[in-house]
Amino acid sequence: MTNAQGDEKINPLFTTRVTGMKRYTGSRILLESLKREGVEVIFGYPGGAILPLVEELGNWDFKFILVRHEQAAVHAADGYARASGRVGVCLVTSGPGATNTVTGIATACMDSIPLVILTGQVPVHLIGNDAFQEADIVGITRPCTKHNYLVTDVKDLARIIREAFYIASSGRPGPVLVDLPKNVLTGTAEFRYPERVEIRGYKPTLDGHLPQIRRAANLIVKAKRPVIYAGGGVISSGAAEELRELAEFLQIPVTTTLMGLGAFPGTHPLSLGMLGMHGTYRANMAVSECDLLIAIGARFDDRVTGKVKEFSPHSKKIHIDIDPTSIMKNVRVDIPIVGDCKRVLRRLVQVLRDDKVDFQEYRKGLLPWHEQIAQWKRRHRLAYGKGNRIKPQFVVEKLYELTKGKAIITTEVGQNQMWAAQYYKFEAPRTFLTSGGLGTMGYGFPAAIGAQVAFPERLVIDIAGDGSIQMNIQELATAVQHKLPVKVAILNNGYLGMVRQWQELFHGKKYLLTRLGEWNPDFVKLAEAYGAVGLRATHPDEVEAVIKEALRIPQPVLMDFWVDEEENVYPMVPAGEPITKMLLV
Amino acid sequence: MRQTLSVLVENQFGVLARVAGLFSGRGFNIESLSVAETLDPSLSIMTIVTEGDQQILEQITKQLNKLIPVIKVVEMADKPHVERELVLVKVAAKPENRAEILRMVEIFRGKVIDVSPKNYTIEITGDENKIRAFLELLKPMGIKEVARTGRVAMTRG
Repeated sequence: MTNAQGDEKINPLFTTRVTGMKRYTGSRILLESLKREGVEVIFGYPGGAILPLVEELGNWDFKFILVRHEQAAVHAADGYARASGRVGVCLVTSGPGATNTVTGIATACMDSIPLVILTGQVPVHLIGNDAFQEADIVGITRPCTKHNYLVTDVKDLARIIREAFYIASSGRPGPVLVDLPKNVLTGTAEFRYPERVEIRGYKPTLDGHLPQIRRAANLIVKAKRPVIYAGGGVISSGAAEELRELAEFLQIPVTTTLMGLGAFPGTHPLSLGMLGMHGTYRANMAVSECDLLIAIGARFDDRVTGKVKEFSPHSKKIHIDIDPTSIMKNVRVDIPIVGDCKRVLRRLVQVLRDDKVDFQEYRKGLLPWHEQIAQWKRRHRLAYGKGNRIKPQFVVEKLYELTKGKAIITTEVGQNQMWAAQYYKFEAPRTFLTSGGLGTMGYGFPAAIGAQVAFPERLVIDIAGDGSIQMNIQELATAVQHKLPVKVAILNNGYLGMVRQWQELFHGKKYLLTRLGEWNPDFVKLAEAYGAVGLRATHPDEVEAVIKEALRIPQPVLMDFWVDEEENVYPMVPAGEPITKMLLV
Repeated sequence: MRQTLSVLVENQFGVLARVAGLFSGRGFNIESLSVAETLDPSLSIMTIVTEGDQQILEQITKQLNKLIPVIKVVEMADKPHVERELVLVKVAAKPENRAEILRMVEIFRGKVIDVSPKNYTIEITGDENKIRAFLELLKPMGIKEVARTGRVAMTRG
């Protein structure tokens, strides 16, 4: 392992040869460990408790992305992780630095994103003293991390970092927080990086139980109206290929959750689009009328099932998931299979191919089902009206068209998120980054920054609303400082649009607390104030020119689209209703 | 449904908080909980008595297993097992009741471990039913204080 100086004696004060092993400071041990984990980028913000580590960073070649708010550091690391499939790392100081990460951590936890969050802490002897910038961040984040650690002895540091990365990235991935008291960073210990991780209580089941897979295959070959319901687990396990093979081999239609967008090509003839509260008509109808539902890496979330008692009432259900707690949590299933989606699907396809069934005949048997789905599609497609105002859906469609569907799209939360999900056709995994579980406004922009760091050459666009972009707008400075040419498309309707939509539909059109328009900043000037580029379109004719211009500029660009203020997201299933009760346009 | 869970965990700080937080965060019920080190000082056993329908009990077991420091969860209700709880009871020892209390202590195989002019302090162990019966019988005499360990359990054989 090398450091910037190219030798191993970095600080003679802390280097002894007593046992023949090198004694390093905790700071150095930490960075040595990160190197061994293959970390290249750290997102973060400095502060008193981590200054020894910041000083040590000067000797290394990690790319450090200095954000402007710690919440954004976590979202950026999260965007980096979702786009690249690697573990995202962030580093913040103690107290407020640590508490500011909580929303980011909870976001990543709900969506199973592998992160390692390193927080500073006051020295061990001060813990519990209400010291300056002290917060019990391990206590605070216990329910929103996959696991967390307080390092009390520098001797444990290397092992804990090793475990943290292992836990974050294996099984059902998730965020792991490591709290680092200042004296652990300055103390010294012999450095030995453990080769293996041995945690008695943590052994994820990867291979599905073969007899269960056989039972699943038996159900599949008997089905006449099967549907695959694929979630984010397909993406995190890298199983998109296997999913496609299964679907194409048997000609089974596929609907995905919000988190699963990109797991199956959006333009594929077997794609039903997204299901659930704002799912397509045909996806919701197909799931409700199917005789076999194959859930893969999905968790029967309430935004998917609607009224859970009436969800997919006629079907047998197969559920493949790596997390046993996801199975039978909300919906009873007939064949549970605990395992990694990729491995289980491989096995399942193999078992099916070895089956004596005449698959020619089987696929022919599904034709009436495909005809039914085609009918649903004819009855209702995603659609929106035209007019003098810019329709937000039109902006997303134009983005799709002008980027040829190749961009990495992040979103904020609300209407912008749903229109992005509905109108941008995602072809590949890891191209749609959105806060699905927690629904965190302010996620999209820093996540786009993280994705851009992972892929400097790719086009990364945050589809935003005028409300949520203001929750982390300060990151414009980060994008400018680090020369990250992310694009932001604000669908500016002057409202907290989704809340306004609910008020319109369910709360007697009492538009309380949702109007922002008159008090919004001039986003073009704001972008310019930060040293970025601002563009605006107020008429449908200008949309294409603005997008083209934005794509041409190799800098961060903020596009302000003044869209129809009262446009709503449809279809919509009112909360608590069965998903067949869709409000259509 | 009632379930007694025997949970083998790493003997580290914070594990109890993780388990307790899991129950409170997900709205599960804890009727009683006891924790102590095992013969192997790196491990502790938690005995948790909880209640819920089949689906909830299944979730509780799965969620416990998901915690990293949890090594093993045994669902006692599914197996032949023994359960015991130790209870200390301070009861008013009025002259007219003293003999009666001592007789009951004998019948229930308890022990008087402290005597004062006004009170007896009694130690008794047993399963849920025995403890309940004993406390019911003592009630009319005037129970002043009860301290219970919570249940511990072990499979038979």
